[in-house]
Amino acid sequence: MSQVIHFHPDADFKARSLAAVQDPGQRKNFRGAMDFLQDKRRVQFPDQLELEGLRDIGSAIRRNSLARLPELLVQLETRMTANGIQVHWAATADEANAIAIEIARRVNARTIAKGKSMVSEEIEFNHAMKAAGIEAFETDMGEYIVELAGEKPSHIIMPAIHKTKQAIAALFAEKIPGVAYTEDVDELIKIGRQALRRKFADADIGLSGANFLVAETGTICLVENEGNGRLCTTVPRVHIAVTGIEKVLEKLEHVLPLYSLLTRSATGQSITTYFNLISRPRQPGEKDGPEEVHLILLDNGRSQAYADEQLRATLQCIRCGACMNHCPVYARIGGHAYGTTYPGPIGAIVSPHMMGLDATYPLAFASTLCGACVEVCPVKIPITDILVRLRNEAQARPETASLRGSGAGRSKLASAFWAGWTLVYSRLKVYRLTSWLLSRGHALSPIEQGAWTYSRTALKPAPKRLRDLLKDRKP
Amino acid sequence: MNARELILGRLRASAVTEIPALPVMKDWYGAHQRDEDAVQRIQRLRSVLEAVHTEVHDTTESDWPSLLLRLASAKGLRNLLIGDNTTHGDTLQAVAQESLDLIRYDKSIEDWRDVLFDNIDASLTCARSAIAETGSLILWPDAAEPRLMSLVPPVHFVLLDTRKIYADFYQAITAEGWKDAMPTNALLISGPSKTADIQQTLAYGAHGPRELVVLFCHESVKGESL
Amino acid sequence: MGLDKTQGRVYPPKPRDVYLYATCLVDQFAPEAGMDTILLLEREGIRVHYPESQTCCGQPAYSSGYPDEARAVASRQLTIFPEPWPVVVPSGSCAAMMRHHYPQLFAADPLLLARSQALAERIFELTEFLVHVVNFKQPDYGSDCTIALHTSCHARREMGSHETSVALLDSLAQVTVVQQARIEECCGFGGTFAMRYPEISEAIVSDKVAAIQATSAERVVSADCGCLFNITGRAARLDEIAQLDTPSLAGEHIASFLLRRTSKATL
Repeated sequence: MSQVIHFHPDADFKARSLAAVQDPGQRKNFRGAMDFLQDKRRVQFPDQLELEGLRDIGSAIRRNSLARLPELLVQLETRMTANGIQVHWAATADEANAIAIEIARRVNARTIAKGKSMVSEEIEFNHAMKAAGIEAFETDMGEYIVELAGEKPSHIIMPAIHKTKQAIAALFAEKIPGVAYTEDVDELIKIGRQALRRKFADADIGLSGANFLVAETGTICLVENEGNGRLCTTVPRVHIAVTGIEKVLEKLEHVLPLYSLLTRSATGQSITTYFNLISRPRQPGEKDGPEEVHLILLDNGRSQAYADEQLRATLQCIRCGACMNHCPVYARIGGHAYGTTYPGPIGAIVSPHMMGLDATYPLAFASTLCGACVEVCPVKIPITDILVRLRNEAQARPETASLRGSGAGRSKLASAFWAGWTLVYSRLKVYRLTSWLLSRGHALSPIEQGAWTYSRTALKPAPKRLRDLLKDRKP
Repeated sequence: MNARELILGRLRASAVTEIPALPVMKDWYGAHQRDEDAVQRIQRLRSVLEAVHTEVHDTTESDWPSLLLRLASAKGLRNLLIGDNTTHGDTLQAVAQESLDLIRYDKSIEDWRDVLFDNIDASLTCARSAIAETGSLILWPDAAEPRLMSLVPPVHFVLLDTRKIYADFYQAITAEGWKDAMPTNALLISGPSKTADIQQTLAYGAHGPRELVVLFCHESVKGESL
Repeated sequence: MGLDKTQGRVYPPKPRDVYLYATCLVDQFAPEAGMDTILLLEREGIRVHYPESQTCCGQPAYSSGYPDEARAVASRQLTIFPEPWPVVVPSGSCAAMMRHHYPQLFAADPLLLARSQALAERIFELTEFLVHVVNFKQPDYGSDCTIALHTSCHARREMGSHETSVALLDSLAQVTVVQQARIEECCGFGGTFAMRYPEISEAIVSDKVAAIQATSAERVVSADCGCLFNITGRAARLDEIAQLDTPSLAGEHIASFLLRRTSKATL
């Protein structure tokens, strides 16, 4: 897998996030988008009790499915195989890409039309196909815009959320032949529609992700508004779905509350335009639909999260993006600063399993632990508890390390600081002395207090501590 | 070891101390039922559909063909894609006028893909049923009315028998026994295709139809798919 | 979180004695908030006991990824409340640590787990205690004033303190509480987050200051000193930059504000 290797993950993240907070245009775009999405979600859940009931149900279904994951995957495979869907397993991103390339070569495919799929971003699918001489192109409007700009998605649901319509207007005028500059959004969408229409008709393979997989029926469920996902899974002769092993549910009825939670939490829609359930390739007599349907089940680190009962909750995620839409940090730095396929709170807890904690540990610290994400998570992932756990892991001593890259964030300086802190606050006599010294020396307290005074005035200890005031009071 | 055994092996080796209980879906949906009669349910479906830019017309078993022709004419449609050997397709063909060319989806997509993508103005399909809560039409495309009919033409007309409206998705899948009879492709369609990918501005007509027109048939339309 | 963690808590009748867990921040940097908490409770006829052996709840190390260090400090706090009295904490953040995170921190040690669970049952955030246990109702002697309330995220989401703070402030006849934009959003402090990523923290707190200053509030009141220091510290730095002589945004702990408004003598 061709992930960028971060030799200085903390410095890199700091540099990217600093650049992001200093970009007023981007700050405004994200703020506006976050306010918009938060309001839309709020309107969808007017009844707090109904919301909490539905979250309980969504969480229980996901936790139950995960507890029975191996059994459900086998059931899914058996059912799909009986339905005529070919099931493949990939332990790594490279394996997943290799499976797709092998299928493409067998059917002499030159082009692959892609519906929106974050897993395909995760495995850098387009890059791998290009290297194999196959053209994979994005068809979701947001993904298309981002691809045209040579960028990556900055949000898992709204990939081009960082761009203004003016920027998109300029991009279209520059990159699409015969297109004049227009800021009219309807016009811009028409342009995108026209540019991609022929390509759908001619594509050899359609690629999709999967929002849910149903074990009892052997069904791939796809959620979308644009229709590009349906085109990708209906027009080309071959459909390949690539998704994570965690997406399986036992029963069709389990999809219903999760689908409702997904659309309402993500974009504040009561439902999407299309809900597309695919259970078979084209059957004899049917006039359209792919002749071959393939499902690639990807691990890519998920089994590491699964192995730990606390971290397993990470896999409950249904990729709605509500956590990032409500995150005060994401709103300030945007998606690109994270440097991972999945940004925001969910990205911080899922990426370590895919890329190693050594490359991603700064993200676990890039949170105020305010809990806004936990409050809105439709499947009740205890994100802040997991962030704290990953902080522990990042600084774990070698003997207690349990994840790939554990301990990478450990520094002698920080360890020494916390050893000193522990000494002060766990030994009463030391605390009495140091806090007394602080209060006596209050007038001398420094004006520069490191990162605190980077943007605030200095903190001043009180001349008398509370314990001194109480002593004075009760002679 | 192959990837399958490797992945399943890792998962099986992981401790699972507790299997959380599954919620009883019937209880949840049962407790969230509305007290509404058929008329109110039809009205609810209508208002939710209209809220997402869908055109809804009331008609009857005998009147819908003439209504459809009027609508097609008003929209300036040159042609209409109909299914192959459907009763409603045949009904329409019997009253068709020269101004609207009726085209049957009677061959595989590979044989006429360019025409479908470039030259078809509209299509007519029948909905299997509908869901009031979310304003969704349920379609199970088949050999007679293939999948792309509801997707490629810019205008999509849908006939709906108003006796087949469920309160919610759960009622639909249980009443129709979906889990034991999943078709190749099952669809929920809730409005014309749309996107808000450019600065959160909603635009209709992304890659699918720009217009969704639903004909509420208040008496049964005779036909095998209804 | 809010609903999950506060719903159904059964509150005891008003006790004769309580412990005060003042927190390290109050002890060293805001002792007046601690004193005012004591005076508020004493006026309600409650004897307040301050165990002098208290230091810090351990949250800084806990949230920074140093669980052993957090345990070393937190375990010291488990034994300083021998009588079965409620423990009142004038900080939602520290209260949430002791009520919800101690049992997680000590999950692996049966003895300490049992102790931490027993203590957790007795932990009350100040405004929660005043509303649900004390049934605080005092006349407001102050003149008309408009304030902004900022509730810390842990207080809001783990202790339900925003509702109780609002209830207390609403009980003051001459006080109007404004709704600043994005009132529920974090102030950007986040403990060591502000130290580790000062640029991001600054971006968040600057927005918080601007949101409060865009209202007609004369001050910001909070039940958490950490947030208060962050918000007023940022406002003061912005004042310096703008070369203002008087502070553009004052902050006050809710205990001090309540006491001041409901005391004849200090007005």
